[in-house]
Amino acid sequence: MDSAKTQEILESAEFKKLVKTRWNISLSFTFVMLFVYIGFLLVIAYNKDFLKMPLGDSVNLAIVVGLGIIFFSWLITGLYVYWANNYYDSDVHEIKKKL
Amino acid sequence: MSLNLLLQISPSGPASTLGTANPVSIAIFFLFVAVTLYITYWAAKKTKTGSEFYAAGRNISGFQNGLALAGDYMSAASFLGIAGMVATKGYDGLIYSIGFLVGWPLIMFLVAEPLRNLGKYTFADVVAFRLKQRPIRIAASVGSLLTISFYLIAQMVGAGSLIKTLFGLNYEIAVVVVGVVMTMYVLFGGMLATTWVQIIKAVLLLSGATILVLLALSKFNFSPAELFMSVKTQYGSDMLAPGGFITNPLDALSLGLALMLGTAGLPHILMRFYTVPDDKAARKSVFVATGFIGYFYILTFFIGFAALALVGKDAIISLDKGGNMAALLLAENTGGSAFLGFIASVAFATILAVVAGLTLSGASTISHDLYVHVIKKGVSDEKGEMKVAKRATIFLGILAVTLGLLFKGQNVAFMVGLAFSIAASANFPALLMSIIWKGFTTKGAVYCMVTGAVLSLVLIVISPTVWVDILGNAEAIFPLKNPTIVSMTSAFIVGIIVSLAKPEKEAADLFESEKLRTYLGHGSEK
Repeated sequence: MDSAKTQEILESAEFKKLVKTRWNISLSFTFVMLFVYIGFLLVIAYNKDFLKMPLGDSVNLAIVVGLGIIFFSWLITGLYVYWANNYYDSDVHEIKKKL
Repeated sequence: MSLNLLLQISPSGPASTLGTANPVSIAIFFLFVAVTLYITYWAAKKTKTGSEFYAAGRNISGFQNGLALAGDYMSAASFLGIAGMVATKGYDGLIYSIGFLVGWPLIMFLVAEPLRNLGKYTFADVVAFRLKQRPIRIAASVGSLLTISFYLIAQMVGAGSLIKTLFGLNYEIAVVVVGVVMTMYVLFGGMLATTWVQIIKAVLLLSGATILVLLALSKFNFSPAELFMSVKTQYGSDMLAPGGFITNPLDALSLGLALMLGTAGLPHILMRFYTVPDDKAARKSVFVATGFIGYFYILTFFIGFAALALVGKDAIISLDKGGNMAALLLAENTGGSAFLGFIASVAFATILAVVAGLTLSGASTISHDLYVHVIKKGVSDEKGEMKVAKRATIFLGILAVTLGLLFKGQNVAFMVGLAFSIAASANFPALLMSIIWKGFTTKGAVYCMVTGAVLSLVLIVISPTVWVDILGNAEAIFPLKNPTIVSMTSAFIVGIIVSLAKPEKEAADLFESEKLRTYLGHGSEK
């Protein structure tokens, strides 16, 4: 592959946007996940009583939140795959055509 | 069955058959070893080249790799340990397992795709991609080998004691059997055999745990609410809420970071991304792994509570203080000794598979990173490299057995935490910065990795975990039980400062030109 062509793609607005969008999505998702998990730990550290709030006869908020974080991990990972498969990959495909 | 009747089930009941030779258990275990060795024989015929040995020829599908990743990650420690923690401490066990899970989404967002696109066999390939090979390879190998060794010691010692309790087999024999069988997988079958061992083990473990939960829930009309009610009536509602596990917020945060980011720095996990054909398959495999691992932790949560409700806390603790036998006692309680035998052999298979994965990743560090890129300066024929890889496998097999025998009866529980701490402090920061930061330099990366590894080691020794609990001193010099918040943050800061102090132009230029490979997968290893 000739380097002029490479340079042209690297400097194209299209490619720059691809890279920028990728990290915008990745880093936002990362911060959301960190926020959820660290938030959970801090609530446990500072306010255990809040999590003891009963929901029904035997289930409490702690159980719902704990299992909820597992479901949330699935959801956010799935969301990323959905975005990457449907949007990122088609942009990559467009740029690759020029190579 | 009514709730009142349930509460009358005596926790003592008939004496457990744990610790005696269980014919079902031995039969299933031999069957597992026979099948996996046959797979190894089949894989050996397809394992000739480096890419076949280290990366199964990059022919594993995204779904298969997802299962294998789950197999690598779901150790006996998390199966028996987390169920045991829930069975003795209640809800707190879940906090631990959530920490282990949330690292997976981060692997997806930050490292999986660039890692597959830039690397060849090890994560050091990615860090060294645009930096100077030798210093990076040496520093990265130190981080990798330390992580692998501590993880390996914990697994081997766990294997010995577990097998002793399960089968009544001598500790030393158990350690040697595990060492020999796993060495055979890796030595002859390479990554292909190791991957299939992980897949079979993951399927066995997930189905075994599912059946266990269903059998246990059948005693509660398949209603989790009734199970929680039984726990609440017997042990009080505090069992279902966070207890004493997290008291110091800084300690909690430090452990949380170790579990979460350490996952993204485990060499044997990162290595698995090279077994799939491209970045799209790498992406899929993280999604599949996250699904199965999350499901597994939900199962262990229910297993722990069901053991608490049906077997009873006293009976569990009388057998093992840490509650590690909870899942097995529950299996016996709900499915009789045949089912106990099944679950016990699954636990054994789990250990075998995990140590095989660790050994393969250690061997690739020694042969690919150290031999080829440090000793041979990057020029080596495939034959020579494979020879070293195979010797390294035998060496690591012997080392694992020796360490397992040496640490017999020692408290090694902290070593898993230490392995995660080193992975989060020495491996993860350098990997992440090499992927996202143009200004990262060779010197910065080396200082970053060394800082992370040294601080993790030193701080854990002077922390309450070792200084007080193991060495018996009255007060710890470093207050936190897990050093990650300090060691990882320092690694990042040192890496950034050293890189900024003296920019490396070639590295920055290469960062730009490698972008087609990072983001488009153009020119990545096929």
